[in-house]
Parts: sequence; C-alpha cells; structure tokens
Amino acid sequence: MLNKRTTFRFSLLSLAIMTSLLTGCQTMKERVLDSSADGQTSVELRAIQSRSFDTADKQKTMRSVIATLQDLGFVVDKADLDLGSVSATKLSGYALRMTVSVRPGASGKNMIVRANAQYNITPVTDPKPYQDFFVSLQKSMFLQANNVD
Amino acid sequence: MKKVISCLTVIAMLGGCAGQIPPEALQFQPDNLANRQMQSRKYDIKTEKDLLSASSNVLQDMGFNLDESNVPLGVIVASKSRDATDGGQVAGAIVLGVLFGAAAVNYDKTQKIRASLVTKPAAIKDPIHVSIATKSGKQIKFDQPVEISDGFIVRVTFQRLVWNQRGIMTKIEGVNDPEIYQEFYEKLSKSIFLQAQNVE
Repeated sequence: MLNKRTTFRFSLLSLAIMTSLLTGCQTMKERVLDSSADGQTSVELRAIQSRSFDTADKQKTMRSVIATLQDLGFVVDKADLDLGSVSATKLSGYALRMTVSVRPGASGKNMIVRANAQYNITPVTDPKPYQDFFVSLQKSMFLQANNVD
Repeated sequence: MKKVISCLTVIAMLGGCAGQIPPEALQFQPDNLANRQMQSRKYDIKTEKDLLSASSNVLQDMGFNLDESNVPLGVIVASKSRDATDGGQVAGAIVLGVLFGAAAVNYDKTQKIRASLVTKPAAIKDPIHVSIATKSGKQIKFDQPVEISDGFIVRVTFQRLVWNQRGIMTKIEGVNDPEIYQEFYEKLSKSIFLQAQNVE
C-alpha cells in the first residue's frame, strides 16, 4: 500500500517537472520570429552567416555556391539567378536545409554571400558550421572570404 | 531505481529541445571528392542549353517530374514517388508479426526520390605559351593563364526519403551507389548522341 502511494507521489512529481520544462520551451510567436534564439541579435547572426568575396560576377559566385553545396552532399531545391538565391537539402539520417543568397556589395566590386541553415527542426545559430561552409566555398571560389562589417 | 532512470531520460529528452548539428555536416571530407568524381561527367557539347535539354530528357525517361529549373545557373531539380517495398524486409516483418503481434510489424512502403542536376562550363586555366618574332625582329612572349571553354561538366545527385506502411518516415539519405550514376551517364551519353543526330 505504502509502496503504491510513493509511486503515485513520484509520478505526480515527475509530471510537475515535465510540465514546467514544457513551459520553458518557446511560444508560437517566438518560434515564428525566432526572436529568442540564444539571445543573439540579428546583427550578430548576420555577421556569422555572411561573408564578402572580391568579385563582381554574380553568376560565377552562384555557380560556385551550387558546386560547393553539391560537394557537401546537398541536393538543390531551388535556384534563381535574378533573386540570387539557392536552397538545398542534405539528407544523411538528418535533414539539413540551407538557403544561400548572393547580392552585390555597396562598392559594386564585391559579392555578399549569406547562408542560413536549419538542422531538422532547429535553426543553426552556432558560428562553427557557417565557418566550415565558407571555408569550403572559398576553396571553390579561389577567393578569400572576408567578414562583412 | 528503474523509474528514476526513465524519469531522468524523459527530462533529458525534454530539456534537449534542440538537437546538435554534426560537426562534419558542412566540412569538406575526403569522400566528398570521390563522390564528385562518381557524380560528374564531362561532355564535349556546343552549348550548355543542349546539355540541359538532353539531361532533362533522360530524367523524364527515368520517370522524374520537373520541380524547378534555372537555365542561367544550369540547374534542374526533379523528383518522383515510388514503391519502396522490399521482399526480404516484408518477409522479416511477417515473421515479427507472427511472433509479437501486428503492432511490431513495420516495413518500408513508399519513397520519394529527388534529383538535382547541375551543369557548368569546363574551363582549363593552363597558361598559353606564345613566343614569336615580329618582322622588325622584336621577340614577343605571352604566357598568361587563359580560361578556355572546353565542353561542359554535368553533375547529378540523388537522395531519397522513405516512409513505412504507417506513414512514418524511416529513412532520409543520399544515394551513393556508383552503378546508379554509371547507368545514368550511359543514358545521358545516348541522349546527347540522339539529340545531335536529331533522332528523338
């Protein structure tokens, strides 16, 4: 009898803990806006996700982006030269989706490449995967990836 | 004790709302290069558009439907849905069903196969060495690396998503079977030949 009661108490306690943990997850508004992603500001996120390349050739830059994505095992979903965007997905037990956009920089002599990634159902906000991506990209561009100020 | 462990597991799962991206996901690995070679072929063809249209014909031959295309970037994206039933797996599922009841039975039922095909100009950047003497006896030397268009490279990549008979996703993976790529390029070579001969 006593044993049954302790079990009941224990499950009640674990239920309370689980509920409190669930409320700790994000609300719908935060999920739509991704506003509270690790307390990062959108400026910080842009710096992590963007690099500048010293070339004025948008088409060549986009072709290099596509080639790099293919090298990394991605399958292209969409590509648009006018808009300068490429989306691709890598499936390898997980689903990694990336959208890369290419736009001319203010000087007219450089291209700004911005990538954002989604791992399964979470946004990638860690700088390291983006660093890896740009290292791969600059190899196929034969150009140095510079930070965007 | 068992309860504590199971409770902790549940908490850990809930606390770990977000998964971690594997470190090698966006790194250039040695097998990336092998895959590039397996998935690419070079064709001596006049225009990129000819190569793209021959390629889209091959994809159609294979039953793919076009999802997306962008000629200026040389991109074609196609997909198809197919049966994923495997005789051996179904036999195994029946054995499991007899032993543990219908709830234990799971086998792959449907799959979606995606393909993206990308073309690009194959350029050689070897320096051209020119050394000539003009009539006035002046020696002119030229050894600059020059990009020369030398046909086009096409690279195709396949991936698939598999669902079981309950509609639950069981596999998401890239397709890296060399035979599939070899056969694809045999078909593409034929398609290019036929297109050049105007026998369609």
